Amino acid sequence: MMGSKPQISAARRRFLVDMARTAGGVALFAGGLGLYARQAHSLPSLAIRPPGARDEEQFLGSCIRCGLCVRDCPFDTLSLATLDDAVALGTPYFTARSIPCEMCDDIPCVKACPTGALNPELTDIDAARMGLAVLIDQENCLNFQGLRCEVCYSVCPSIDKAITLERHHNPRSDKHAVFIPVVHSDHCTGCGKCEKACVLEKAAIKILPMYLARGELGQHYRWGWEEKQKAGRSLVTPDQQHQYNLPEGQRYDYAGEGLIYEQGGELPFDADPLETLNRGLEQQR
Amino acid sequence: MTGLQQPGIAATTERGWFARHKWLLARRFSQFAILGLFLLGPWLGIWMVKGNLTSSRTLDVLPLTDPFIFLQSLATGYLPELTAIIGALLVVAFYLLVGGRVFCAWVCPVNIVTDTAHWSRRRLGINAASRLSPNARYWLLGAVLLLALITGSLAWELVNPVSVLHRGLIFGMGFGWLIILAIFLFDLLVSRRGWCGHLCPMGAFYSALGTHSLVRVRADRREHCNDCMDCYAVCPEPQVIRLALKGEQQGKGPVISSAHCTNCGRCIDVCSKEVFTFGSRFHNRPDASRQHQHSSGMEVPQ
Repeated sequence: MMGSKPQISAARRRFLVDMARTAGGVALFAGGLGLYARQAHSLPSLAIRPPGARDEEQFLGSCIRCGLCVRDCPFDTLSLATLDDAVALGTPYFTARSIPCEMCDDIPCVKACPTGALNPELTDIDAARMGLAVLIDQENCLNFQGLRCEVCYSVCPSIDKAITLERHHNPRSDKHAVFIPVVHSDHCTGCGKCEKACVLEKAAIKILPMYLARGELGQHYRWGWEEKQKAGRSLVTPDQQHQYNLPEGQRYDYAGEGLIYEQGGELPFDADPLETLNRGLEQQR
Repeated sequence: MTGLQQPGIAATTERGWFARHKWLLARRFSQFAILGLFLLGPWLGIWMVKGNLTSSRTLDVLPLTDPFIFLQSLATGYLPELTAIIGALLVVAFYLLVGGRVFCAWVCPVNIVTDTAHWSRRRLGINAASRLSPNARYWLLGAVLLLALITGSLAWELVNPVSVLHRGLIFGMGFGWLIILAIFLFDLLVSRRGWCGHLCPMGAFYSALGTHSLVRVRADRREHCNDCMDCYAVCPEPQVIRLALKGEQQGKGPVISSAHCTNCGRCIDVCSKEVFTFGSRFHNRPDASRQHQHSSGMEVPQ
């Protein structure tokens, strides 16, 4: 039986086993790494990418982790993630509460990037969207309590555009005002100066990555008043004439003075209200 | 201690310690000098070279980009900007000329780790060896590119020991030491030359890059070989030597033409008969070794 098999079969078997082992090992490793890579896709909430960084998904394919942006940042804001950080290994990020972005006019970090993972089309730093400031803890924010802290507002590089103060009635004292800091996403670059400056032990205003900070309307949803302005007229059919079933000689004006008695109309009430209440009781007296 | 535990002992007695370690010293100098250039900035504030091996800028003009990570980035479907393209082309041109795996032997910092593991292995007499295929690296290379394609991210760079070590030394290591320690222990206890010689997909990429490179180690004086096996003992890719050294009868020339050769020159160092030398890939006829000696006026022993 054994003798009938050709001599080559042992070597061939060994070759096939080796091949299968290698392929199996590599497949196992690649599978594990693939799962790990998927996990690493989720950027932790307190790690903010440098200005001009592409969408996180594309950033992880385009950033080659060379650290040139880190080197050319004059304020040592950026660092490269190490294995113990939750950010994808080797990619640049900053923590706003420690060192915020100083928003250099010439954006040296973007210029340093050799691959364009920091998009070179970003030439105006005010157009950067590193994240969005969110006044996340209204219960501890001093301004929400009616105090006049508003340090976040004062340090904002786009003061009165990215953060405004909105005056409201203070229901606690019932006689003062509160000045609520309000962030506007069309001007906030996510530089993090407000989070850095917040006077609390832990900042009440925080920079969040866009994907956490922003909600999104349903695709079909439209703001009626904006559509009305765009179209220059109301887009719904105008109100129908109201129809009321009223006695002769009366009509009702919806937007005007209400019930109107016309000449000769029958009044529902007597001049003396008691007469009306006692109507039908005359016989019982 | 046997000869194979301390290869090159014959060469030392015949040629002196320095000659026996010439290329090894040159290689260590190159590895540490390159690392040093990157560290001058963060350590001393002299910014000649910025970045790390994946991409760097020298004297604010010269961009260099690792073509392997460039290729991975392409695989994710992203075309990098011109700076990275130029940098990658420059590096490719260099290694096409001098041999792809010159990166492994002369630049890569992990080489120092795995060489140390190999040296310790020899000294401690550890012989345990798992049966790893030297071609596993090509499977891994394929897997790395496939992963980039599927995940759309540079998945390999989440664990790549080469960039973990080099970037770590320059920008901060964190727990990156664990990966390097794992590589060291793997090479020491599990597999001889396991990482660089069998698994590293980066090495596989550079092998492929240097398949037709100009600079080669040649066994020009192969008829002097006394079968001491020292070169096999030190070679990080021992399978590349045999054809060039012993292939004359099979009509093979003296050039070590395998893409796996790292041009480390260690065989040149340890050979007491000075069989090996650096040269070009040309003049690779089976009798080229004898002709070479005639032309260079060397004595041909009978």
